[in-house]
Amino acid sequence: MDRFGFSISKGRQIDYDANSRHIAEFISEREPSFRVCIECGCCSATCTTGNFTSFSLRELQILMKRGENEKVRENIKKCMLCGKCTLVCPRGVNTRNVVTLARQAFQKFPANAV
Amino acid sequence: MNKHVVVIGGGVAGMEAAGQLRKTGFEVSLFEKEEKPGGHLNKWYKLFPDRRPSSEVKEYLDNITSGEGIKIITGKTIEKIVQNKNQFHISDKEGSEYTADAVIVATGFDLFKSARKEEYGYGIYDNVITSADLEEMFRKGSITLVNGRTPETIGIVHCVGSRDEKMGNLYCSKLCCVTAVKQAIEIREHLPSAKVFCFYMDMRMGGAYYEELYREAQEEWGVNFIRGKVSEVSESINNRLVIKSEDTLAGKPLKMLVDMLVLMAGMEMSEEGLKLGDSSGLKRGDNRFFSPADHHFGSNKSNLKGIYYAGTCTMPMNITETISHARAAVMDVIEYLKES
Repeated sequence: MDRFGFSISKGRQIDYDANSRHIAEFISEREPSFRVCIECGCCSATCTTGNFTSFSLRELQILMKRGENEKVRENIKKCMLCGKCTLVCPRGVNTRNVVTLARQAFQKFPANAV
Repeated sequence: MNKHVVVIGGGVAGMEAAGQLRKTGFEVSLFEKEEKPGGHLNKWYKLFPDRRPSSEVKEYLDNITSGEGIKIITGKTIEKIVQNKNQFHISDKEGSEYTADAVIVATGFDLFKSARKEEYGYGIYDNVITSADLEEMFRKGSITLVNGRTPETIGIVHCVGSRDEKMGNLYCSKLCCVTAVKQAIEIREHLPSAKVFCFYMDMRMGGAYYEELYREAQEEWGVNFIRGKVSEVSESINNRLVIKSEDTLAGKPLKMLVDMLVLMAGMEMSEEGLKLGDSSGLKRGDNRFFSPADHHFGSNKSNLKGIYYAGTCTMPMNITETISHARAAVMDVIEYLKES
């Protein structure tokens, strides 16, 4: 089909029931503050990595919670673990630990990481 | 002779006003359209934010309105107030007339009729219910689907009939967000393995300890919050509900299957209030609620001297605010009757 200039684009919709949330559950069990995020974006606003790349910890956290792990797997590596996000979080989420745990989870579940 | 004050509406505002008026020494007649006073309180199981049983508030209101000096007249809908010098002539649906020296209108609110929001399927799909229906389940002590099974996944839709131009309501009902959070927690209390998802546009937790309750729901009860209004509901082949919304924070459309969907019906001016107001010349605002003479320092005053408002016939209010507002209305009545 490619030769004719056609392709099938993958749907953008989050199919909540088809997705697996094992990465988010792994983090939540070990760092319960992960649950109280209200997606304000303070972490992403202060983030040095986010200022130079498309890395957004706010976005990655919600994607993991919805089981949209594909994008997170590569992107989570960009964080430099400086911890500024943890300082500014109004809900007291230990964001630095969230990143560390996410990396651990992706190593632990390589096959299911999609 | 003692002055006689008529209070129209026997909900929280009316009962509180009646109790305070009696304390001050007035003769009071409290009219209630239903068979017993209490209003919406009778339907609710527990109250936000501390999950106090609503029966405790009802008990307090029953206490302050029982005994001499207050006549509670139930099963009567008041339709018109006519002023004749210093006297008010009040007539009910059946045509009976009563007189009073002053009137407090406490006709309250109606819950938004959720069937109007057709895309949510209330009245079409069995397991789409309202916040009031859920309270009834709490009272009975069991949350079940129509087929008798226990739901595993429950969705909650905020802002049903509120902040919705298509429904003619531009305003925020302001209590539905905290009700959703309270009910989400109660669902998890009843059904510890159930998953609960709140679909919201904004979380408006503007009250004492509301935000704390929101946090508790996330932290201790694992309630999930998804920012995005549900756009449509349909039924799957195995009778589950397919809901579609955008997860606006993930920036993607989202599809989810739930067993039960709870609609957070907003607050609207009551039908009885509309009728009474229009036949008696009481001014209403664009939001259809009674429009007080001044929203800062005359929130109980109507456009007619001697007629005062108490509670949610002027705007959405919680019980604390309603009780304060009812007490303030009594202050206005005292001042008015002193002059006249």
